[in-house]
Amino acid sequence: MSQNGKITRKKDLTLWQRIYIPEILKGLRLTIGMMFRPKITTQYPEERFNPPASFRGRPVLVEEHGTERCVACGLCSRVCPALAIEVQASETPEPKERYPEKFEINMVRCIFCGFCEEVCPEEAIIMSQEYELVFQNQEEAVFGKDKLLVPIEKVQSRLDFLHKHR
Amino acid sequence: MIIVEPLIKVVLTLVTMLTLVILTIYTERRISAFVQNRIGPNRVGPKGLLQPIADVVKLVMKEDIVPKSANKRIHDLAPVISIGVAMSTFAVIPIGGSMEIFGQSVRMVLADVNVGILYILALTSMGVYGITLAGWSSNNKYSLLGGMRSSAQLISYELSMGVSIIGVLLLTGSLRLDAIVHGQAETLIAGIPAWNMFVQPVAFITFFVAAFAETNRLPFDLPEAEPELVGGYHTEYSGLKFGLFMLSEYVNMIVASAVIVTLFMGGYAFPWVEELGLSGNALAAAEFATFAAKVVLIMLFIILIRWTLPRFRYDQLMNLGWKVMLPIALANLLVTASVLAAIKWWN
Repeated sequence: MSQNGKITRKKDLTLWQRIYIPEILKGLRLTIGMMFRPKITTQYPEERFNPPASFRGRPVLVEEHGTERCVACGLCSRVCPALAIEVQASETPEPKERYPEKFEINMVRCIFCGFCEEVCPEEAIIMSQEYELVFQNQEEAVFGKDKLLVPIEKVQSRLDFLHKHR
Repeated sequence: MIIVEPLIKVVLTLVTMLTLVILTIYTERRISAFVQNRIGPNRVGPKGLLQPIADVVKLVMKEDIVPKSANKRIHDLAPVISIGVAMSTFAVIPIGGSMEIFGQSVRMVLADVNVGILYILALTSMGVYGITLAGWSSNNKYSLLGGMRSSAQLISYELSMGVSIIGVLLLTGSLRLDAIVHGQAETLIAGIPAWNMFVQPVAFITFFVAAFAETNRLPFDLPEAEPELVGGYHTEYSGLKFGLFMLSEYVNMIVASAVIVTLFMGGYAFPWVEELGLSGNALAAAEFATFAAKVVLIMLFIILIRWTLPRFRYDQLMNLGWKVMLPIALANLLVTASVLAAIKWWN
């Protein structure tokens, strides 16, 4: 690269490069050297990828003191670009007054964008670090509250990450 | 006994070749994985050694699809030509001296033809018919392009291949491969073996490059260039027929390495053979081991080159063949011939 923004390429190779065989040997040195580098493959079922806190796995509902934090405001459902979240609110005698009677995320539709987490005023729905999602059929892919609720201890690293970076 | 001996040899060679191909495929996949910092197949069997067998089983069970507008007979014939030619080329290559079995001296070569080199040249150029016919009969433009490229490539590289061999022939004075091996058994100065690789380095390089082109290996695998031609000549092949093409590609690779070893690296001969004082079957075993080790070395080199060099463009390939390789080979022939003539005149 030179000044005035023009790209100049070296066109003429030297005689040594044009003979080509030394260049092949150079390339061979690289490839042979590569053979002895550490492997980057993870042997999946035996070794598992341990994602960092910034990883956006499946969305979960935070469970604190035996109940969900969610107040069923429905913002997540509004913001969800894939229309994967369905919330039905109901009243509760607890101080937060509202709770989701039904909270369903269709994991076939979810695109793991994390908008629901971003928009939630209560930090009630957050992206976990779980990435192994297997379903046999469409019905199984709709996660209800039974599958979504996760005790707060398990997602503490994500909460810490959110507090630090948001 | 006269009929039984060659038959046993043929069966032995076939079985060995098939096993070797399986091992080669496994080795190639493992090495390519290592070069790319991967692990490669390691699930099927110990260390993944049975992976090629699993692949073969899969290929056999697959449906054999022939395109509607293909020329069915030629479509069926092409892989057979390919594999038949590839397999039979190995017949003239001596893999060792002679050994004693049941009190009989058995030569370790399938057919000791006195025009061995001509036989190899003739058969390797036959092999391209399989590819070209496959490309033409599939009635698919990509296949046709692959087949055409293959024949053009063969024409441009066969010449330099043949011319570079002539240099070796002038030195040896015989077309028989056994004689060529014997001609390389001595040592030059300072313990360097008198392999044609050192006596004729230019011919060695031109022949090696031409061998890459003949076996359709990278950097000259234009007939099946995946990014340009889908699958090249075997786009329309599936199942066992595709497997045959695959098989013949690897057999070709083995044969090419064996030919290179025989012509330029002293074949089964190795220096210091007299100092070891071996005789009989022990000598034959040592000779075979030498041959095998050399072939494995060349094949590892071919595999590594595949992951080192990018594919040549078509015009680059032609330029290299006609404007570089052929003149170099011709010049080498000229120099060799004049030096030999000068020595003869001197004496």
